[in-house]
Amino acid sequence: MTVAVNPSTTGEPVFYLADEHPHPEGYSTSLGFWIYLMSDCLIFAMLFAAFGVLGANYAAGPAPKDLFELPLVAVNTSMLLLSSITYGFAMLTMQQNKIAQTQMWLAITGLFGLAFIGIELSEFAHMIHEGATPQRSAFLSAFFTLVGTHGLHVSCGLIWLVTLMVQVGKFGLIEANRRRLMCLSMFWHFLDVVWIGVFTFVYLLGVLR
Amino acid sequence: MSPDLLKLIFGRLGIDSLPLHEPILVGTFVMVALGGITLFAGVTYFRLWGYLWREWFTTVDHKRIGIMYMILGIVMLLRGFADALMMRAQQALAFGGSDGFLPSHHYDQVFTAHGVIMIFFVAMPFVTGLMNYVVPLQIGARDVSFPFLNNFSFWMTVGGAVLVMASLFIGEFARTGWLAYPPLSNIGYSPDVGVDYYIWALQVAGVGTTLSGINLICTIVKLRCPGMTMMRMPVFTWTSLCTNILIVASFPVLTVVLALLSLDRYVGTNFFTNDFGGSPMMYVNLIWIWGHPEVYILVLPAFGVFSEVTSTFSGKRLFGYTSMVYATVVITILSYLVWLHHFFTMGSGASVNSFFGITTMIISIPTGAKMFNWLFTMYRGRIRFELPMLWTIAFMLTFVLGGMTGVLLAVPPADFVLHNSLFLIAHFHNVIIGGVVFGAFAGINYWFPKAFGFKLDPFWGKMSFWFWVTGFYMAFMPLYVLGLMGVTRRLRVFDDPSLQIWFVIAAIGAVFVFIGILSMLMQFAVSFLKREQLKDVTGDPWDARTLEWATSSPPPDYNFAFTPVVHDNDAWWDMKKRGYQRPLTGFKPIHMPSSTGTGIILAGLATAMGFGLIWYIWWLAAVSFIAMLAVGIGHTFNYHRDFDIPAEDVIRAEDARTKLLAGAK
Repeated sequence: MTVAVNPSTTGEPVFYLADEHPHPEGYSTSLGFWIYLMSDCLIFAMLFAAFGVLGANYAAGPAPKDLFELPLVAVNTSMLLLSSITYGFAMLTMQQNKIAQTQMWLAITGLFGLAFIGIELSEFAHMIHEGATPQRSAFLSAFFTLVGTHGLHVSCGLIWLVTLMVQVGKFGLIEANRRRLMCLSMFWHFLDVVWIGVFTFVYLLGVLR
Repeated sequence: MSPDLLKLIFGRLGIDSLPLHEPILVGTFVMVALGGITLFAGVTYFRLWGYLWREWFTTVDHKRIGIMYMILGIVMLLRGFADALMMRAQQALAFGGSDGFLPSHHYDQVFTAHGVIMIFFVAMPFVTGLMNYVVPLQIGARDVSFPFLNNFSFWMTVGGAVLVMASLFIGEFARTGWLAYPPLSNIGYSPDVGVDYYIWALQVAGVGTTLSGINLICTIVKLRCPGMTMMRMPVFTWTSLCTNILIVASFPVLTVVLALLSLDRYVGTNFFTNDFGGSPMMYVNLIWIWGHPEVYILVLPAFGVFSEVTSTFSGKRLFGYTSMVYATVVITILSYLVWLHHFFTMGSGASVNSFFGITTMIISIPTGAKMFNWLFTMYRGRIRFELPMLWTIAFMLTFVLGGMTGVLLAVPPADFVLHNSLFLIAHFHNVIIGGVVFGAFAGINYWFPKAFGFKLDPFWGKMSFWFWVTGFYMAFMPLYVLGLMGVTRRLRVFDDPSLQIWFVIAAIGAVFVFIGILSMLMQFAVSFLKREQLKDVTGDPWDARTLEWATSSPPPDYNFAFTPVVHDNDAWWDMKKRGYQRPLTGFKPIHMPSSTGTGIILAGLATAMGFGLIWYIWWLAAVSFIAMLAVGIGHTFNYHRDFDIPAEDVIRAEDARTKLLAGAK
């Protein structure tokens, strides 16, 4: 946006713009969404902090070593990472204006996301079945809350993804939908980054502890 | 019906949840119900529902939303102050074996509700309302970045207030103090609905606050008019920017800590419990990591108001603009490095306490710099003692006093003596009333003519001013004395009769403040009746300096017919000095956002969900949650959210103003 703010050619100062210059639709959206993501990042930061404080308080209950199955977590991690790649493909095809391919990649992303949630839920069910419930110790409270909050975010992302697929199907890759896909893309990659933190900090370091 | 079925439908809500055995509450309920019925009947009789719905409830206009925030703040001030009067009366009476008139379970709710309401539903709406109203005008914008979100944020704040008010008559409020420390607030010691009301009221309102923070940051960063560089922004806009950054960077912390407390209470996790590895002190740390920035969230915009007012009513450019901006930014950063001073007595050791003691004292440096800037602005100024300026001077005197007791409390050894004493209570009322409340009143008196087109009546304004200020000193100076003598906060009865006189003086002070509040309501009423005499046709009744005074009072929906171009810090002053001619022709259609009812519907559903969760009415919580999802997603299918104000309408509005201005000359 370049607007002449200096005195006009006649030497008189210009105090208003004679022509309307409306900001394009969605002018503030990417900044706003970034700020939202950072506030969400703080939510995770607090949960990480709580885990950092309470993560070793097993209360004579099970410890990470007894609970975590790293191979399963590795599979789960790869599901999420792959979904990030496929979302990237969706964005690439979106830029080429290929609706069908975009939808296909979005669908594949959604399937990977579902797989991630499914594996996580089965892991949770297994732990609870063994008596490692969120109520058992402060460590488990912090574990379930941190990992569960991430899972909840992915689930919201899935609902959002389906909504956007419907909207792209209905209205095509119009400007508003592209913007929305871009926001979801940022959200999805953000969750990926958070998961890297969870994987390292909770699972890998937990098993070492 | 079987008890199981009743429980399924009503959760733990029953006929015994209604406080029918409490004469004070029944009396209050009768009064509120009568008032409510009168209001409802009045609105119905005058057929105003359609008007209110179309023009106010569903509006996305930042000006109307700002006004609604201010009304919310004033209404809740009456409730919060009623609590204060009850506390003052109780403490003045409960001597020499007397139990006072409040039983302990009621008294404990009163002091909790007082704190929660005054911070979240009085101070926050005042601050947010002023920012909402003024910031887009000061930066020459037509509205905020996300107008729909703005409406939604407001109604979420209302939703939180509704939950707090509901707790007065349905069930009870928390008896834990305004920050609800565990283990007291955990399910074992607070099994009733009180803490749940607290949690969900703050969570619902907190969503609104966070979103409005994001919204205003974007507005200030993206929507400034041409020529308004960051270092040409009015100081109020600067302080608003810093406040909103603080909001976005601290409210998520509150969200998490309350969510963890709810998990402890609802699911039985062990974050803040005494056993199974939980840590109650983690709660205290986390909540103050939000809580300390919160006090700067409140006071920074007040500093902004005082900067605008001082420079306008001294007829001078603000002294030390750049240092003012840097001081604000430094306070923003430092506010995150002091939270531990709220609990030096935790036992974290000398080095940790010294660190936080020193950072706390350092904050007084930028604050002091601001104080000197205001003084130097006044120095050799042609000061006009109008109401906003009176509040500003009262602030300067009062706030310095509160700041000094604050620095005193920042010294850890002193804090060990004064922790949780009435000295602390006196200190923070000294800065919050002297800073935030006086700031809000200065702002209301300053911008009221902009919002409504007529000034506020000076006589009742001065009545309000003097009663508030003298009442404040009478109410809180005795608390300093009592605190130094070792009296702790939140006590209901006293044994030592020699203390009573101080509490009696404080109670009289509270009555003075009450008269001050009544005078302010009177001021609004009288000003409305005398609105023709007090009318402002120029749009610039104070001969002010910033851009909001360049447009008419009240401003048209679109704020500015043409986007302004700025060449100087005091943009409007510069325009006046250089012979700016208001454009009379060449108007074009203006693109504006459309109203929508989605915000109020979503917030209503969120409030219903909160109510369901508080009372364990699970079906209600589930249904309203699903409905929220459906309404929220449905809203995204509406792609046409804007419309154009036709050029004829703009011409009509601007011609009307031209006539008005001609009449003024």
